[in-house]
Amino acid sequence: MSDKKLDLGSWVNDVVQHLLDNYSGAFDSVGGVVSGFSEGIEQLLMLPPAWLLIAIFVGLGLWRIGARFAGFTAVSFILIVMTGFWEQTVVTLGLTFSSTLISLLLGIPLGIWAANSERVSLTIRPILDFMQTMPAFVYLIPAAMLFGLGRVPGIIATVIFAMPPAVRLTNLGIRQVNKEIIEAGQSFGCNSRQLLFKVQLPNAMPSIMAGVNQTIMMALSMVIIASMVGAGGLGNDVLASIQRLDIGLGFESGMAVVLLAIILDRITESFGTKQTQARGGLFGWFNAKLQRQ
Amino acid sequence: MQSGKIVVKNLYKVFGPQPQEAIDLLKQGWSKDKILAEKGAVIGVSDVSFSVEEGEIFVLMGLSGSGKSTLIRLINRLIEPSAGDVFIDGQNVAKLPKAQLIDLRRRDMSMVFQSFALMPSRTVLDNAAFGLEVAGKGRKEREQRAMQVLEQVGLASFAHKYPHELSGGMQQRVGLARALAVDPSMIIMDEAFSALDPLKRREMQDVLLELQKTHRRTIIFVSHDIEEAMRIGSRIGIMEGGRLVQVGTPQELIDNPANDYVRNFFDTVDTSRYLTAGQLKADSVPLYVHNGRAPDTLKVCQELQAQDKHYAFIVDEDNRFCGSISLEKIALLVEEGRHKSLEPELLKHIDPVPEDLPLEQVIERLVINEGPIPVIDQHGHYCGAISKGRLLTRLQGESHE
Repeated sequence: MSDKKLDLGSWVNDVVQHLLDNYSGAFDSVGGVVSGFSEGIEQLLMLPPAWLLIAIFVGLGLWRIGARFAGFTAVSFILIVMTGFWEQTVVTLGLTFSSTLISLLLGIPLGIWAANSERVSLTIRPILDFMQTMPAFVYLIPAAMLFGLGRVPGIIATVIFAMPPAVRLTNLGIRQVNKEIIEAGQSFGCNSRQLLFKVQLPNAMPSIMAGVNQTIMMALSMVIIASMVGAGGLGNDVLASIQRLDIGLGFESGMAVVLLAIILDRITESFGTKQTQARGGLFGWFNAKLQRQ
Repeated sequence: MQSGKIVVKNLYKVFGPQPQEAIDLLKQGWSKDKILAEKGAVIGVSDVSFSVEEGEIFVLMGLSGSGKSTLIRLINRLIEPSAGDVFIDGQNVAKLPKAQLIDLRRRDMSMVFQSFALMPSRTVLDNAAFGLEVAGKGRKEREQRAMQVLEQVGLASFAHKYPHELSGGMQQRVGLARALAVDPSMIIMDEAFSALDPLKRREMQDVLLELQKTHRRTIIFVSHDIEEAMRIGSRIGIMEGGRLVQVGTPQELIDNPANDYVRNFFDTVDTSRYLTAGQLKADSVPLYVHNGRAPDTLKVCQELQAQDKHYAFIVDEDNRFCGSISLEKIALLVEEGRHKSLEPELLKHIDPVPEDLPLEQVIERLVINEGPIPVIDQHGHYCGAISKGRLLTRLQGESHE
């Protein structure tokens, strides 16, 4: 290490150490909030019996996509239950949901801000690039140091990794709204709040929903990796299978991840693309809410 | 100050750094290109002044890039003017504080767009009600009003459809309904019908003209289609390179184009279609006055033969048209020798045509009438005649120009 000309790494170490020495209270309280939030979501998912949760997903699949996909969903979940991975799957689902929600809560407003300010957009762009391309494992180290082991550093690292698409696609979606539609909003006397909620967001919704979909997928992949800091869920089994070179266990747990990913992807995707002229559905409901404000 | 619903005075828009400097240079006589090359400023609109009367359809025409779209956006301030004033009902919009501007937009002006600019996630009804919703009207009130305007544009049965389920022409009807719903006294229409096929375009022009009949609004209409401009515009303003080069009625622009740029616009137009009886008339028919005494039959007969004319017109002392008589008939009268003078009962009555009758109807009259037809001015006085020969000569001359 000492023969390097420029020791960036030790600077980062120093920064993290400094944060740890001086702001551990702040990190503890953030950690507390995140922990409480994610535990709440997990308990909510644990509350109904397995068959009810499965039924809800099958119902969603039937409503949004069709009978064949609903059948696929049912078979997948039954497979997961029968191989004994149900509990871990629900934990993973809970981690994914809580990370996604936090990502969206931070990412969508940031995207709106970036869309309306060239300076913000230019500033956050390299930061988002960094967040997205830095190997995901690297976040785990400072996260674990600052927040200790367990689900909290896992969720924090996941949020950092999964937030960029929500920011980017919200920004892009708003910027891509037809110029004349914006002008229509202005020429009928929208103030800036009305312009955002009645014109920009509803028209950017397909793009924002694509961002939501990507965020969910990235969050799912990251919560598996986050098992290395003890986040729990299916990742634990994947990790165990690597440590024990247990190909069977690796296949079973890996397949549970794949099936979960496919189901989440198709369902969230359907909210973005299939109903751009929303008649109903969550997208339409969301849109109607926005416009009525 | 000039009067009018909308008065634009010395309006400038410069895109780029230091607009005031660019305006000063323009006033010193620098050209647009020189300012762009040396100062990097693009002149969008340059020293434009004009006024639009209440209830008028004023059409702005020009090639793309001539600044017409910029100009209308300066009027409702979607684009901030660099200098100059825009008075609407005497109120200077260019200097209006933001809150009052928003209020004015909600209350008294609206806009129709080339790409329709409807919200895809709203129903036709919700789109039409958009302006009212922005203005804070309750759901029931705005839906009732939106339904009313949708009926006016013939789309009531499509109220619960979505824009993408409608054809282009129907979508623009929704755009028009949205603009009408707030009941504005002025509407800005930016190439509103340009994206439609010619048949639909004509249909929409009819819809607009029909709406104007029942409720006259002041409309500024941007177009690049000269036929459209002449059809709907009471006056036309022609823009070139950010300047307004000429303003006038279609007829004035055809008769006295300010320069070749303006003339070129009318090149593609069959201007003869816009000729009127007044422009076609001539003194080609010998005229006799019935001043208490009817003209002498033999004298008229000899004079017509000498001039090689086939018809004579008779007017009274007040120069009002009495009737027409053909050479054949006069010759017959001379032969018979019973009528020494051309008494009114011998004449053939023809309804005179007014001077402003368009060519199309003049032709119709000439077809059903054997001889020439008399033309009268606005006071009912005879002022000339149009014969078939005269018409053909005039049309040939027109197409040679």
